[in-house]
Amino acid sequence: MNIDCQTKSPHVSDEVRKTTCYMCACRCGIDVHVRDGRVRYIQGNRDHPVNRGVLCAKGSAGMLHLESPARLQSPLMRTGPRGAGEFREVSWDEALDTACAWLGEIRSKDPRKLAFYTGRDQSQSLTAWWAQQFGTPNYASHGGFCSVNMAAAGIYSIGGSFWEFAQPDWERTRLLLLFGVAEDHDSNPIKLGLSALRRRGARIVSINPVRTGYSAIADTWLGVTPGADGLLVLSLVRELLRSGRVDSDFLRRHTNAGWLVVDGEGESAGLFARDEEGNPLVVDGSSGKLANAAAPGAVPLLAASVDMPDGSRASTVFSRMAAKYLDNRYAPETVAPRTGVSASAIRGLAAELARTAFDETIELPVPWTDVHGNTHPTTVGRPVAIHAMRGISAHGNGFQTCRSLHLLQMLLGAVDCPGGTRFKAPYPKPVELHPRPSGFSGCDTPLAGPPLGYPLGPDDLLVDAHGNPQRLDKAYSWEAPMAGHGMLHAAIPNAAAGDPYPVDVMFLYMANMAWNSSMNTPAAIEALTARGEDGAYRIPKLIVADAFNSETTSYADLVLPDTTYLERHDCISLLDRPIGEPDLIADAVRQPVVELTRNVRPFQDVLIEIGGRLKLPGFVTSGDKPRWRDYAHYMVTREVVPGIGPLAGWRGRNGDRTGRGEPNPQQLEKYVEAGCFWSQEIPSEARFFKNLNRDYQEWAVNLGLLPRPAPFQLQIYSEPLRRFQLAAEGFGERQPPDELRQRIREKFDPFPIWYDAAGDAAGDYPLHAITQRPMAMYHSWGSHNPWLRQLHADNSLYVPGPVCDAAQLTDGCWAWLESPIARIKVRVKRMEAVNGQTVWSWNAVAKRPRAWGLSQGAPESRKSFLLNHVISDLLPEQPDGCRWSNSDPITGQAAWFDLRVSIRRADDTEECAYPQFTLQGLPPGLEDGPPELRYGEEWT
Amino acid sequence: MTSLPDKTDSKLGLVIDLDICVGCQACVVNCKAWNTGGYGSALSDSQPYGDNPEGAWLNRVHGYEVDSGSGAATIVHFPKSCLHCDDAPCVTVCPTGASIKRSEDGIVLVDESKCMGCGLCAWACPYGAREMDPSAGVMKKCTLCVDRIYNENLPAVDREPACVRTCPTNARHFGDLSDPDSSVSKLVAERDGQDLMPEQSTRPVNKYLMPRERQGIDQLAEPDFSLAELADPTPSGVLAWIDRALDRL
Repeated sequence: MNIDCQTKSPHVSDEVRKTTCYMCACRCGIDVHVRDGRVRYIQGNRDHPVNRGVLCAKGSAGMLHLESPARLQSPLMRTGPRGAGEFREVSWDEALDTACAWLGEIRSKDPRKLAFYTGRDQSQSLTAWWAQQFGTPNYASHGGFCSVNMAAAGIYSIGGSFWEFAQPDWERTRLLLLFGVAEDHDSNPIKLGLSALRRRGARIVSINPVRTGYSAIADTWLGVTPGADGLLVLSLVRELLRSGRVDSDFLRRHTNAGWLVVDGEGESAGLFARDEEGNPLVVDGSSGKLANAAAPGAVPLLAASVDMPDGSRASTVFSRMAAKYLDNRYAPETVAPRTGVSASAIRGLAAELARTAFDETIELPVPWTDVHGNTHPTTVGRPVAIHAMRGISAHGNGFQTCRSLHLLQMLLGAVDCPGGTRFKAPYPKPVELHPRPSGFSGCDTPLAGPPLGYPLGPDDLLVDAHGNPQRLDKAYSWEAPMAGHGMLHAAIPNAAAGDPYPVDVMFLYMANMAWNSSMNTPAAIEALTARGEDGAYRIPKLIVADAFNSETTSYADLVLPDTTYLERHDCISLLDRPIGEPDLIADAVRQPVVELTRNVRPFQDVLIEIGGRLKLPGFVTSGDKPRWRDYAHYMVTREVVPGIGPLAGWRGRNGDRTGRGEPNPQQLEKYVEAGCFWSQEIPSEARFFKNLNRDYQEWAVNLGLLPRPAPFQLQIYSEPLRRFQLAAEGFGERQPPDELRQRIREKFDPFPIWYDAAGDAAGDYPLHAITQRPMAMYHSWGSHNPWLRQLHADNSLYVPGPVCDAAQLTDGCWAWLESPIARIKVRVKRMEAVNGQTVWSWNAVAKRPRAWGLSQGAPESRKSFLLNHVISDLLPEQPDGCRWSNSDPITGQAAWFDLRVSIRRADDTEECAYPQFTLQGLPPGLEDGPPELRYGEEWT
Repeated sequence: MTSLPDKTDSKLGLVIDLDICVGCQACVVNCKAWNTGGYGSALSDSQPYGDNPEGAWLNRVHGYEVDSGSGAATIVHFPKSCLHCDDAPCVTVCPTGASIKRSEDGIVLVDESKCMGCGLCAWACPYGAREMDPSAGVMKKCTLCVDRIYNENLPAVDREPACVRTCPTNARHFGDLSDPDSSVSKLVAERDGQDLMPEQSTRPVNKYLMPRERQGIDQLAEPDFSLAELADPTPSGVLAWIDRALDRL
């Protein structure tokens, strides 16, 4: 090109089509520049509430997903053995006939024989409802592997969790504590927010074993030892209590700190003292008498211990809490060795938390009215925010650690206030407003409600008369009573073992469970290929729906090929995980921006079609005709209750209703016209303290976010946990098996506790091993994208300098990393900015040879490793011979950050990772990728 | 040899804030995505799905571990692209006149029709900011998105380099560094913006803003525990004073 001829204003694109990104979980708005029917360029949508114009590396590379040689081309039926990747192409008719024959048979005989697991599914309100109408309780998405500890702890404690349900008040916070944050959730909003904080001079403290990414720009980095975050937080709690630096007014009004708990022993011990109507009781500070905790005007004493009318004695949550945490076991000096954080740093942080909360208090000139009708002339905020994600969540003590974080927030009065961590609508809401999990109801019969929910006690468990699990993954059994999101990681091993029962069809969507979404990957592969005595596969039928030739696809008997996110309709619904901001409610859609040229279909269209063919209740009209043409039709016309559907904007026949309203046939067009999202500002008087804010409650009911006003107090002390503990003590009808009693008694403490889930540092495996997600990769989705893979084509193990010196490891050398179950060979990289007992690497970089459209010798296969290979899916054997899932005992969250390892230099000189897997065959229609890429050459 | 202009009418360039760069690579990829279909030949990738994937990029972010020995080690993320130097050695070394520095705005560009791919300019650049395209065999470098910044087919607000528009931490700024009243010049003045490797005498237009001083936690004074002195902080003692003591806050 000649510079002299260079026009100043070259043609950019024929059209800009707006849609929603799906290169990770962040769900940013994007402007897709389309030229000659192809994607010329993708930029962030400046008007979009999530990303306000910016866009990350993944989103910027989205057009190369449309070039990927890993894109499936057509439905496939397996012809070779599982895992070989040998298939024949079939028509959609044959594929759907096959799927419906398999599924229809088990629905009429025993719907539990279907296990339906979805991965990074953003349509969970559809997939869960489909499972419900099919009648199988064996449904879950990815949360049990990823973050259910965070979600459940938040919902049971403060009515919602961090992550996508709340965010720091970026404009006002003065001190942010970031715990183990994963970079793929709320990724662009967090980056925008961190930048704003640094410009304002607010302090960022990162508590993370590794100082990369966000931690690298923090003022202070506390390189905590993995799994010890909860201990560190409870030490902060102790210091705040010891110094009396807590927000007593907030504790009284907004939390259950003043509620009375029955003392002593017996079936009511540890439950809230209640009046005859069942209302929790407090001691009213002005009258000294017992009062209903929710009554207007009651200002509870925080410290009280009283005789109850029935002769029992009761004391307040606060009294009990003080007694518990003032113990020296939480003293900074005591916890310093285990946490890896010095006592002076813990004290300093406690002081800084208190100073910021109470000496830099914010008072906004915004009046608000509580649910008792008292108007507060201003809104007072404690400008301390906390954010956390997977690093906290993926431990066997993660639920209680997350609860500890919420306790810290409550003590500081920093929940949903100016400068604190603020909820996004439709959160917060009390746990009681969430559904309970529904179990099997019968053949050809839907479940009574959704398969996933939040139990309030043993009565809500999904167990049979003998206490045995009702679900395949054992979620909501005594092994994982408060599972919340199910246990995706237990589905394959349990199905192959026939424990608690065999299934007939396993149906996986977008979940790479034969690879990086399983603990102990070789065991998962073995389970998928295991045969019974009759020679048949132990998991008889496997359906996989995915857009790409993933590792898991190769094990499928039937492949239902999906589209990419740029070729489909989709909705980002308030019924799923919200987008939006504390001051703004929003939802969004995706629209096809390029023409679909392969014989593939959007998965949600296919699921709806299968529902129609199987005549699942709700999926057909009264005349047994399919109710919906496709997902776009469903998005617009489905009503979960009359007037409420997947999309909140432009409802009503004329599009003039919001939240509640009749379906509007033009709704999707309205979304597209508006840039593929809808948003509405939350009224200024309804933006803070939403749990007790009258205007918020009314606004949320009007919009359909709440079925009725549901004010609630935040739960420092969790009665549902105590109910399970009581059962373990022998009270109540439903009793846990004896081998689980002690574990439940210890771990289901109604107050946040810390226990060592990762084991003692001494012994044969002295190091912790964890992974982090690179900011430019999302799960296994980045490697078939040539631009993203150039950033992370292989991974090394980062090893602390002193550990390198002791083991004579040098940069670039190869080493054996060994856990109690297996060993892998990895390349070493020396690093100082890491906790001294911790090694780590980037996750999901490694690939099976020739999966994901890559060459046989790709560095992703030859030089890379998954830590999953050495993570056991089971905990070590108990004295009685029992082996439990390597999961949090409360929620069943996969505990893959509890990994312990040893390291030694590899003697052999072969520069190749171990283990190496067999070559994955290419399905028909797929070819090796081209030797070079000159994307966009035709426009230059 | 190619000569440099005596003076440029303006000095367009980037100001990059190392204080808030988290190393996310958004600017790197968005730059490639824009430019591969824009000025000059495509930014090609060889073996895109193969054993040695390698492509041409106009911007890269490197991460360095910094361990001063005092205080904890950390990572510094360092974005690097052409700095559009006033005394650009890549221009004067070019034997064909393909490398030029524009007199109107100071942007250093390669006229690919004159580039023979000898690579002398990449050798002369002390920053390693030029990359040979593996397919086209011509030299590629940052154009400051010359096809965006004046482009009337884009809304005025988008007439800035792709890396600046996409940066999720707003760590990248674009403007005229010859104008003391421009927002970028003010930023440089405020934050004492630095030249990269000034000893090379290249007089780069782009500037870097250094990480701000970090506020440590353990250097803080011990907390004031005066309230705790009101009582024996034990479970039995605490009950007596807690409501009273808390209300004094």
